[in-house]
Amino acid sequence: MQLHRFHGGLKLPDHKAESTAQPLLTMGVPKYLYVPLSQHIGAPTEPLVQPGDHVFKGQRISQAKDYICAHVHAPTSGRIKDIIDHPIPHPSCLSAPCIVIECDAHDQWGDSRMPAWPDWRERDARSLRERVRAAGIVGMGGAAFPTAAKLNPRAGKRIHTLVVNGAECEPYISCDDILMRSYPEAILEGARIVAHILGAERVLFAVEDNKPEALRALTEARRAEEADFIRLVSIPSIYPAGGERQLIQVLTGREVPSAGLPADLGIVCQNTGTLKAIRDAVLHGQPLISRIVTVTGPGIREPRNVEALIGTTFADLVAAAGGYAPGVDRLVMGGPMMGFAISDDTVPVIKGTNCLLATRPQDTTAPGPVMPCIRCGECTRVCPANLLPQQLYWFAKGKDFDSVQDYGLFDCIECGCCAHVCPSNIPLVQYYRFAKQEIWGREKERQKADLARERFEFRQLRQEREEREKTERLARKKAALAKKDTDQDTKTAIDGAIERARAKKSAQSNEEASPTDRERADG
Amino acid sequence: MLHAILAIAGLALAFGLILGYSAQRFRVEGDPIADQIDSLLPQTQCGQCSYPGCRPYAEAIAAGEADINRCPPGGEPTVLALADLLGRDPKPLEAETREKAVAVIDEQTCIGCTLCIQACPVDAIVGAAKQMHTVIEEECTGCELCLEPCPVDCIFMVPLQQDIADWRWSQPEPSPIERPRRAGVDVTGKRQESA
Repeated sequence: MQLHRFHGGLKLPDHKAESTAQPLLTMGVPKYLYVPLSQHIGAPTEPLVQPGDHVFKGQRISQAKDYICAHVHAPTSGRIKDIIDHPIPHPSCLSAPCIVIECDAHDQWGDSRMPAWPDWRERDARSLRERVRAAGIVGMGGAAFPTAAKLNPRAGKRIHTLVVNGAECEPYISCDDILMRSYPEAILEGARIVAHILGAERVLFAVEDNKPEALRALTEARRAEEADFIRLVSIPSIYPAGGERQLIQVLTGREVPSAGLPADLGIVCQNTGTLKAIRDAVLHGQPLISRIVTVTGPGIREPRNVEALIGTTFADLVAAAGGYAPGVDRLVMGGPMMGFAISDDTVPVIKGTNCLLATRPQDTTAPGPVMPCIRCGECTRVCPANLLPQQLYWFAKGKDFDSVQDYGLFDCIECGCCAHVCPSNIPLVQYYRFAKQEIWGREKERQKADLARERFEFRQLRQEREEREKTERLARKKAALAKKDTDQDTKTAIDGAIERARAKKSAQSNEEASPTDRERADG
Repeated sequence: MLHAILAIAGLALAFGLILGYSAQRFRVEGDPIADQIDSLLPQTQCGQCSYPGCRPYAEAIAAGEADINRCPPGGEPTVLALADLLGRDPKPLEAETREKAVAVIDEQTCIGCTLCIQACPVDAIVGAAKQMHTVIEEECTGCELCLEPCPVDCIFMVPLQQDIADWRWSQPEPSPIERPRRAGVDVTGKRQESA
């Protein structure tokens, strides 16, 4: 198969052998699990349980409220101890709501397992997607985008190719490598299910050439008759070949348009871990409640891959890998290029946790002092998104957020190649993250201001209306009063007239009745 | 000579008529500049600019009566955006930016007088006479206009808790070499002295 290449990229020392020397270890059930309500991109979930409730393994404990959202399930059976704010893996080191489960060590499913569908080929795409959604599956390569939404491309987009991402390009991380070696049939079955959902005609399964064992396991597991349907492709190990857009470019030579999606090219890309989770959900009715995490780095005594329940703390994970080597001072979730430091090891494993990296001071060379940009252009040479990192840096630094978007800031995948080669040690990626979030934040504030303006204007309108109604009411009342007055006048006038007429009449009758009086008076 | 004068006079008349007609025909209601300025203001309606709301302040800026640096809730980004829109030089803020906060009513103390409801510019307080009042947190702009009318001082401003959804990466510190030199320190003079 003819391969292509993407612009730039780096050849990095891979450091994967450390953690692949040991076989996969399935961890037992720890005492407590801290399951965050939000483990994915999108809206947070809403808990369905109360402290004190008993839950079974696989029971849905938190509900998705939105389309871009994923349910959360109990990883094991036990009692809900509490719902508290607990540190979660996030660059801010802040806490977020987590469901704390006190595990009962029975690991009972109860009746919370969904019905198994060995006959999935008879099912339509809609019900299979619904199963993926019910199982709370998110992209397990790290971004944690809800998979059910990704398997539902916009209307009119025909998908012909499923790309399976087994590249795993970041140094140190080997969870996908071990997964491919341990469960090759499961991954291939997952690929068949997803291809069935999407109606894809072919599957391109890409594995970097530094994982020959994984490729061999997959080749052995693949059925002879489907060699045309599922093509296993060994791609050169160049960081970041595991980026979705970069991988598609390597395999097809086509670029995903800026602000577009792979679906625009008729392609959907899925990580190997996600495929295994989909297969478990469809064939066994299991929700996503565990994953493989690489526990590695010079600060770990026995680096290895561990299959852990979601919510297991990093401390338990490290204990399963032989504990810390003396002098560990830094924990990173994710790889050395795109990962972020976390505050302590009480942080739990979430659906997107692929690696825990522990380092000692002597393993990392402190970056030298930040120097001014000398416009050497190294960053431009290595940028896999074909951007001008230097220009983005100047604009982000000068807070010129319009220009930074014109130069394609939102096409940046934050891979860190530019910062890695920068001779002036400029923290370039942090500038881009800052600029992106500032732009999103301002947009949010603008929406809030619009809402406030709307409410303010409505209030003014209401006050005017009330004022107008009040004056109208007053005017009506006044008019009514005035009318009453005139009525009174008329009545008095009539009464007066009657009175006068009566007086006149009586006077006349008097006159007629007693002429003698007058005569008498005259006389 | 006469031809020239007649021609110019004729042209002047013709253009005058066109201009006069278009001034009537294409008349714009309201002030478009004030609208644009208003759309950049944060709409807290707090009155910290000394105008009774964002719209009056926008109109005052448009009329050239007010400076662009009098909106503390908007902070530096608003000043920069206004400077950009109006082609003026950005200035440092006049007042200090307050921490973002929302009003919270102590419901034990509230006597249900409705004075705060009348003061709220965005109708973010619900309640009725002699009934407990409460603030709708999502709608509150943090303008503090409800604090003063409260006869029992039961409204407090509570700073917004930073949660993960609002957290942002900060801009990296500039390198020591690029940091601007402090004013009043004469580096060259010292060197001459020591030399």
